[in-house]
Amino acid sequence: MKINYLRATAALLLLVSPVTVALTIEVTRGVERGIAIAVPPFAAPLSADGDLLTRVIGDNLSRSGKFELLNSDDFISRPRDLSAVQYKNWRLLKAEALVIGNVAQLPDGRREIRFRLVDVFREQQLAGRKFVATHNQLRKIAHQISDIIYEQLLGKPGVFDTRIAYVAVRGAARKQKFALRVADADGRNAKTILASPQPILSPEWSPDGRQLAYVSFEKKRSMVYVQDLKSGQRTRIAEYEGINGAPAWSPDGKKLALTLSKSGNPEIYIYELANKKLTRLTRHTAIDTEPAWSPDGKTIAFTSARAGSPQIYLINSDGGDAVRLTREGGYNAGASYAHDGNSIALITNRGNGFRVGVYSFKRRGVRELTETAQDESPAFAPNDEMIVYATQHKGRSILATVSPDGAVQQIIGAADGAVRSPAWSPYNRKL
Amino acid sequence: MRNKLFLIMLLAAVVAGCGGPSAVDEVRVEDQSVNGLDGGEADGARAIGLDDDEYAAGQDLDGNLLAQRVIYFAYDSSVLTPEGEAIVRAHAQYLSDTPNLKLILEGHTDERGTREYNLALAERRAIAVSDVLQALGVAGDRMQTVSYGEERPVALGHDDGAWSLNRRVEILYQ
Repeated sequence: MKINYLRATAALLLLVSPVTVALTIEVTRGVERGIAIAVPPFAAPLSADGDLLTRVIGDNLSRSGKFELLNSDDFISRPRDLSAVQYKNWRLLKAEALVIGNVAQLPDGRREIRFRLVDVFREQQLAGRKFVATHNQLRKIAHQISDIIYEQLLGKPGVFDTRIAYVAVRGAARKQKFALRVADADGRNAKTILASPQPILSPEWSPDGRQLAYVSFEKKRSMVYVQDLKSGQRTRIAEYEGINGAPAWSPDGKKLALTLSKSGNPEIYIYELANKKLTRLTRHTAIDTEPAWSPDGKTIAFTSARAGSPQIYLINSDGGDAVRLTREGGYNAGASYAHDGNSIALITNRGNGFRVGVYSFKRRGVRELTETAQDESPAFAPNDEMIVYATQHKGRSILATVSPDGAVQQIIGAADGAVRSPAWSPYNRKL
Repeated sequence: MRNKLFLIMLLAAVVAGCGGPSAVDEVRVEDQSVNGLDGGEADGARAIGLDDDEYAAGQDLDGNLLAQRVIYFAYDSSVLTPEGEAIVRAHAQYLSDTPNLKLILEGHTDERGTREYNLALAERRAIAVSDVLQALGVAGDRMQTVSYGEERPVALGHDDGAWSLNRRVEILYQ
């Protein structure tokens, strides 16, 4: 197989929109009673620094649907440090948790940020951390502080300091333009990493978060590429005859499962990145596609139409016979494992439309999570607390998230057109 | 009758003029760039666009099957309908009369269901048309199949009308 290194040489005009169009996130359903939390403005020599940190932390917590952010107009004090906290005042406001912090400017221009999370009822500190960062890193620090708060109060790591890759589409039928974008998990800081007049789909993060595999039609048919995010350097890894699609990284990052139809029929293959060795995994005259690795790397879930309608099957990643997993409804496809391996997110249709569902290995069944009709591309957040997917809302293509129990839902839209094919990054490296 | 004859003559003229009853414009797309988070760029790409008019034009009342270059399919099906097969038969006849002509069969689905499954389904539609053409004597090496899945709709609506227009194989003469 031919391998092409498509090396960056010159900056060209982007076809698709400015690179800074933010996604907007709106909670459409939250838990009945979130944790009441107060985040008074961080004291800072430049008040904008303190306001930015407090605003981003507050937005993160309230958008998670699991917190009730108390109104800062009601606060009678803005404690700069632990010694200044008057617990009685915060209890009167019904605050369960309090976040306090301050920013100091260092001689080299960087900021030193100190923050503490306090349990108001027990009058004790739950977490305290100091960060040193440039001004441009303040948002990232706010996300990391949000992650610590989430983990301390809810018992699972937060995913505020992660990213989402997605495909943005603009234009009329037959004249559409496509962009592969990467944004922070709060929808901000969106950057286009590939712009094309031809379709792009199925972005998938490498387990180390440094690369994206995706399908691009830029050569007028589907081919699979791997792109390094920092350098922009790309490798075309599959350009066989027929379709080249559905890339899925193995948990160790050494292999990609792919769908290729070079045999004349869509089958699942395992591609080893180090030696470019290709091994065929499925053999059936029906469609086999959409491979997804189990977190231990031993099993691959995939979609097959071998029983007439699309259903999810499991197969050992080193070969063997496929076993049917889903039986409810006429359509189950697009499997994606939870990181704990206990469930699979998928698209199910039982006559009410294409909806996000979760197959539980414990309950041995699929549960519908949404009430929409055109859901696709479901994937778990790295902490398994949310499933991101693409859907339609008031005639627009948007992204959305739903918690695995259906209790929390968000919709994520772009002001400048359709967005779809979301993929949630692994946890970021911490500063 | 005279109108029909005129239409056939017109079609013949079009065929003679451009080597096939082609509605394909080749569009040179100015640029096609790839950016890493630190910048960068890829090699150029060209796109084949179709005239939008083709879809608004509707079907030929005289039943000129050769003028129809889109074969429509039922939901989640890659089996040709009798109408679709009649169109394919007309093209098979045309291809046997025009031995040097090559074609691309471009498979598409509607937006329902997952994208990668639809990529596979659309390929099966294109292959189904190719199989019928081959069964009718058209050599396999004259045809290329390409699957676009649900990625290139001709109708952007989210209803039965749009979906039925998007579930299709387009015959593109080269």
